[in-house]
Order: sequence, then C-alpha cells, then structure tokens
Amino acid sequence: MGKKTINVDSLGELFHKIKSGGKRILAPVEKDGVILFGEVASYPEVATGYIQTVFSAKEAVLPRFEEILRFSSEGRDVVIEEESNKPVPTVVFGVRPCDAKSLSVIKAVFERDYPDIFVQSKIDSTTVIGLSCVNSDEYCFCTSVGGAPGDTAGSDLLLTRINDANYLAEIITEKGESIVSSAPELFSEAGNVDKDRHLAQVNRQFDLDELEKRLPALFESPLWAGQSLRCIGCGACSFVCPSCTCFDIQDETDGARGIRLRCWDSCGFAQFTLHTSGHNPRGVQSKRWRQRIMHKFSYQPGELGTAGCVGCGRCSRACPVDMNILQHIKDILEAR
Amino acid sequence: MSEFEPKIIAFVCNWCTYAGADLTGTSRIKYASNVRIVRLPCTGRIDFMLLMKAFSRGADGVIVSGCHPNDCHYTSGNFHARRRWIVFKSLLDFMGIDVRRIHFAWVSAAEGAKWAEVVNSVVNDVRALGPYDGYKNLAPIAADWRIQDAG
Amino acid sequence: MLAKMRQKAKDLLSSGVVSTVIGYGEGSGNRVRALFIRKPDDADKLILDERCVQNLAVYLTKREVRALGRPAVVARVPVMRTIQQLMFEKQVAEGEVAVIGISPDSQVLDFPDLKSMAEYVSAIPFELSADEKAAVEKLEKMTAGERWNFWLDVLSGCSKCYACRQSCPLCYCERCTVECNQPQWVSVPSHGLGNLEWHIMRAMHLAGRCVNCGDCFRACPLEIPLNLLTQKIITDIADKFGGADEYALNAFKPDDKEDFIR
Ligand code: SF4
Ligand code: SF4
Ligand code: SF4
Ligand code: FES
Repeated sequence: MGKKTINVDSLGELFHKIKSGGKRILAPVEKDGVILFGEVASYPEVATGYIQTVFSAKEAVLPRFEEILRFSSEGRDVVIEEESNKPVPTVVFGVRPCDAKSLSVIKAVFERDYPDIFVQSKIDSTTVIGLSCVNSDEYCFCTSVGGAPGDTAGSDLLLTRINDANYLAEIITEKGESIVSSAPELFSEAGNVDKDRHLAQVNRQFDLDELEKRLPALFESPLWAGQSLRCIGCGACSFVCPSCTCFDIQDETDGARGIRLRCWDSCGFAQFTLHTSGHNPRGVQSKRWRQRIMHKFSYQPGELGTAGCVGCGRCSRACPVDMNILQHIKDILEAR
Repeated sequence: MSEFEPKIIAFVCNWCTYAGADLTGTSRIKYASNVRIVRLPCTGRIDFMLLMKAFSRGADGVIVSGCHPNDCHYTSGNFHARRRWIVFKSLLDFMGIDVRRIHFAWVSAAEGAKWAEVVNSVVNDVRALGPYDGYKNLAPIAADWRIQDAG
Repeated sequence: MLAKMRQKAKDLLSSGVVSTVIGYGEGSGNRVRALFIRKPDDADKLILDERCVQNLAVYLTKREVRALGRPAVVARVPVMRTIQQLMFEKQVAEGEVAVIGISPDSQVLDFPDLKSMAEYVSAIPFELSADEKAAVEKLEKMTAGERWNFWLDVLSGCSKCYACRQSCPLCYCERCTVECNQPQWVSVPSHGLGNLEWHIMRAMHLAGRCVNCGDCFRACPLEIPLNLLTQKIITDIADKFGGADEYALNAFKPDDKEDFIR
C-alpha cells in the first residue's frame, strides 16, 4: 500500500501517538537478561540487539491463561457471565516476520470447526508492527518454511532498518495505514530502497513440500525413538513456539461460584493424551515427539493448508536438552 | 477492622489434640469460636498442601497440633512431622509468606485447657494482624470477586 | 582422561556389561547434549569438558531408555549423588546401572558397584558454593515484604512449562502432584497463586533429596532462580539436622530442635 521512511528518533513520538489513541503497546523488553514481550509506556523501554524474544508475540492473542466465563448458582439456576474477556486494542511492536506469519497459523486453527471469539477478537483488535531481521543465528530457518527475514505477511506495518538513522516502513494493511495516518508528519516518502541488502541472510535448508510428502510413510519408523531418547518431555518447546496452540480448560471454583480459564498445554506432556481408562495412546516420549513433528509438518498442512512452524528456532534455543528441530527435520528427510 | 473475626483452620491429630479439644468442650471451658477443626489420623499425615489449601480458600490463620514428642499413637509420626514443619515454615518465610499466621502446638488428650489457650491466643494474634488476603488474592477468582463484593 | 573415559565406555559395551553408555557429545552451536552410545565404535563421540553438566541420571528412570537394557552413565559428583538418592528411593538397584565416575579434578573413576560409588561420594562434603550461599543470605536479610515481592516478581514469568521438573532426575513421579486433580491441589493456569504454589510444592518435594545439580535452573527458558528455594532448604537441613547423608525428611532425631512449637 505504500512505502515510507521513519527516523529512529521519531519512534518515541509514534509510540506517544499510539498511546494517546488509546492503544496498549506490547514490545520486546529486557528483564533480568531475558527478552520478552511486555507492555511498554514509551519507546526507550524497547529492547534492541537480540535475535529473538524467548516467548513469542502469540501471547498477545493467545495468552498463557485467560478467562472464558464465570458461573454461579443462584437458587436452582446457574448464572453465566461471558462479558469479562474483551480484547484491549493493542499494537504489538517489533514482531519478527516469522512471528507475524504465525498469527495466520493461529487464526487458521481457531477458525476451524467454529470461530473462537477470544482469539479472533484479539487478532482483530491487534495491529502488528513488524521488524525485519538484520541478524539471524544457526537456529533460524524461516526461509525453509515459506517465510523470509523481510517478509511482509502478517504485519500491518513492517519496519526495516536501512541506515543508522532510518527505518523503511512498508504499509501492508489498512491497520498499518491508520498507524501512519495517525502521525503523518513522522513519515517521509521512501525513494528507491534496496531492502534486501539490509536483511539477514537465511539460507533455505530443506524442502517443506518434500517433508510433508515423506512424513506419512515414516509413522512407524524407528527414527522417532532415536531422535527423542534425550527428550525429557517438558513443554518448553510448545510454550515458546509462536504457532503451537494446544490449550487446557480449567474451572476454578469458590463455593457456589467459579471461573473457567483456558491455559496453554503441550503435546510433550505425558498426561496430554491420558484417557480416563488409564490408557495412553502416546504413552512414551517418542510418540509425543513424532506427534509434534507430524502435527506441524503433515497434519496441519493437510487440514489448514499451512505448516504449523514458521522457522523461528525458539524451540531449539529453549530446549534444555538441545533437541534441534532443524537438524531433526534434515535427518528425517535423509531417512530411507 | 474492629469487626474483623479471623477464620482459623486447625489441623489436628485424632489421638491427642482432637481428644484434647473434646475435653475442652466437656470441661465446659469457653474458647473462641473462630476455629474449624479438621481431624487427621496423625500429624505425620498433615501434608503441607493442606495448609496451602486452607490459605488459598480464605483462612486467615492455621493451627497444626498433635501429640507431644514420644506420645504419637504411631510412635514417630510427630517426629517426622516436626522435621517437615521446620523446613516448611522456614521455606514459607523465605518466600515472604506471612508465617505469623501459622501456629504449631503439642496438645495432649488431657490438655483441654491448653487447647483453649492455644486457640484463644492464635485468634487474638491473627485478629491483630487483620485478614490474610495477599495469598488467596493471587488467584484470579478470589481477587476479582473480592473487588466485586466490595463494589 | 578423555581417552580413558572412551576406553571405559568401549570396554563396557564390547564386553556386554552394558548395552548403552549415556554420556555427553557435541550438540548445536557450542552446546553439548546427551548421547546414548550403543556401539563400541561410537564411544569416540563422547566428550568431557566444563560444558558437560547436565545431570544424566534423569534418563535412568525413563522408560524408553531403560528398555535399551542396562545403562552405564557418565557421572560427575552431583550425578553420583543423584544415583545414591535414587538407590535410597528404590528407583535404581545395585546391578542395574554402571557408573563411569568423574572426580572433581576430572579423573575417571572405576567403581566395581554402586555401593562403592555411594561410599566415594558420601565422603565429599555436600555444601553450597560461596556464591550460592551469598545469594540465599541476601534474600534472608530482606524483610518478609521484600521477599514476598521478590518472589511474586520472579515467579510471575513462570509459564509452567515444567522444564525444571522434567530436567530434574529426582522428579521422576509418573503423575506429579500438579496433575492430581481430585482435588486439584495446585491451580493449573500460571497465574499468581498457581505459580507460587507450584514452586512451594516442588521445593518441598525435593527437600532433603535435591542434590543441587542446577539442572532445573539451567532448564528454565526464563532463567528463574527457582533453585534458590532448594538451596535454602539445603542450608536449613545442614544447620538444623546436621547435614544428613540420606533423605533428611525420612529421618528424625527425638531431640530435633525448633523454637516455634508451643
Ligand atoms: S516449531 Fe520451533 S521453529 Fe517452528 S515455529 Fe515453533 S518454536 Fe519456531
Ligand atoms: S522451567 Fe521455568 S517457566 Fe518452566 S515451569 Fe519451571 S520455573 Fe516455570
Ligand atoms: S514436584 Fe513432586 S510430585 Fe511433581 S514430579 Fe517432582 S517430586 Fe513428583
Ligand atoms: S497420632 Fe498424634 S501425632 Fe501421631
């Protein structure tokens, strides 16, 4: 929809404008050496010089826990209130292109079967200001799963650092346009900018379609057990993943009233598929590891038309026992 | 605040303190009615999770009581329990939880008067401290409703 | 020492004494990872340096690892202490596991059996480092209110990914208390109360058992200093019960001292 530039020094003013427009701003912030998305009051609070936040921007639309409804019994009636979980108009600043893309995976999951109003309404009321990657590390593989360090998909406005003083600002959607038009004086017309020159170089490492084709035949392969022997079955990979969406529903009660909460869950947990009978179809870690890969690279492409991975590399970075998803995918593709 | 009546949960063993509390009653000794007694077989069975549950459900104070050392019906349940309390109380204190609200006692089946004294003094202490909201309000359910109820 | 460790692994595998050697190998970037060596020739992939700190005893109770047959495990002092505790808790029995011991000065140790390993490791004093002690003391010196705020703040980030639990070789329960839901002892969502109670519960369940290997802290994606809790308990146990060799909360002295029971 248009290309502008904005001076680094103008971002403070832009934040000010966004806030005075009544929107909350989430951005990467540093806390005790860890970079996470958090609410900021002003631009100087935003962290710089990191490759990735530990948790992703997914929390803006699928928080680690949220209220679904409240209930209470009055006499013989049950009263249900569904009013409290209303989205707060939000701008998420500094979203990496991989994370921005993941929002479309989340959207697809929560549109399937029925529209999930909590996720959908949060997506609708969120504006994504993306930030292209100028650096990457050995865990990044966005280009292997259809993304790119400067990919515009999923962002409403995408910023790319083009020199010491300026960002290129690509306006992708109406929401992005309205950010720019809220402070037109801060933006200038961009001339001819060779954006690619300023982006991180992330080489393509495998063929996603080939992987999708190969996986079904590998269901019974011994390779899963070989790969996952060192996996300890925690949920770190799913919780940091921008495109993992599994959740649990919990009722917390206090006498005659209660609150229904939704919170993150993980297919890596041993109890995730435990039946009431005691039977567990994924009773060992290799089956749970296989599920993680199959779901992202075989089932989701089939059912949603999109892979459940955007190549951010977070799971590999966060894994306490160095399960490296990229390396495992490459090994899967080499399996005969 | 002057009208605040603390809710106290007492976890007691069946063989000594529960019988002791019974004796308090049959001896017609009057004591504060703020206490709800939960009877368990032995102090060795009083899991720390029970104390946490009491606080998260709105207790303002907790009493844990059983047989004097060497008098446990199961010989050593209270010795084990004592070690656990030492560690638990210190851990809670280390986490900044208000340990002035947790009281431990040995009350035998013959000590009806002591039970009344323990309860009365705990009730007085906790009344002076005021309600314990900090802990339970960490749960969205308690915090939100408290605000609602007040409003 | 590297050569000796590899040779030992080879000998154990080729003689058929064990079917797997659990040790360390190169991982992604500059990381190391657990290796499960099945063939004598692969033993040359084993490495040993200051990065090799994961407590590999965590694998001794994992079903799929045990299904491979008798394992040998590369074990520094904290790992040996873990195996000792696992024996005490009847999770590992004499004869089920072989140990390739690594002394504090990185010498390879030969143990004919787990009993001799336990004797060796019992003779090494179990105490916190000076830095760890200082961190515990720093908190002790705060007021109760400051400590409360400190913990609410650091635990607020906890997502309940349970990486700390899963990396802990002594958290081997197949059903953790947080998963017991009749009643639900600990709130599942990672809100303030759920997080606080999860961490109280975890620390208490490790009281007297934790070997201070540090894996829970290293596993946490948020670098939450949750091991301060178990370290506090370690100092308490040493101060109050005289640093018991075995599981201190499974033992007692009739004259254990306290000053708060009336
Ligand atoms: S699976 Fe791993 S690399 Fe893929 S999106 Fe999730 S965290 Fe990122
Ligand atoms: S590893 Fe960290 S975030 Fe995960 S449950 Fe443990 S303390 Fe919480
Ligand atoms: S925290 Fe306690 S119940 Fe949970 S796995 Fe560890 S020891 Fe078992
Ligand atoms: S029976 Fe009273 S303490 Fe054991």
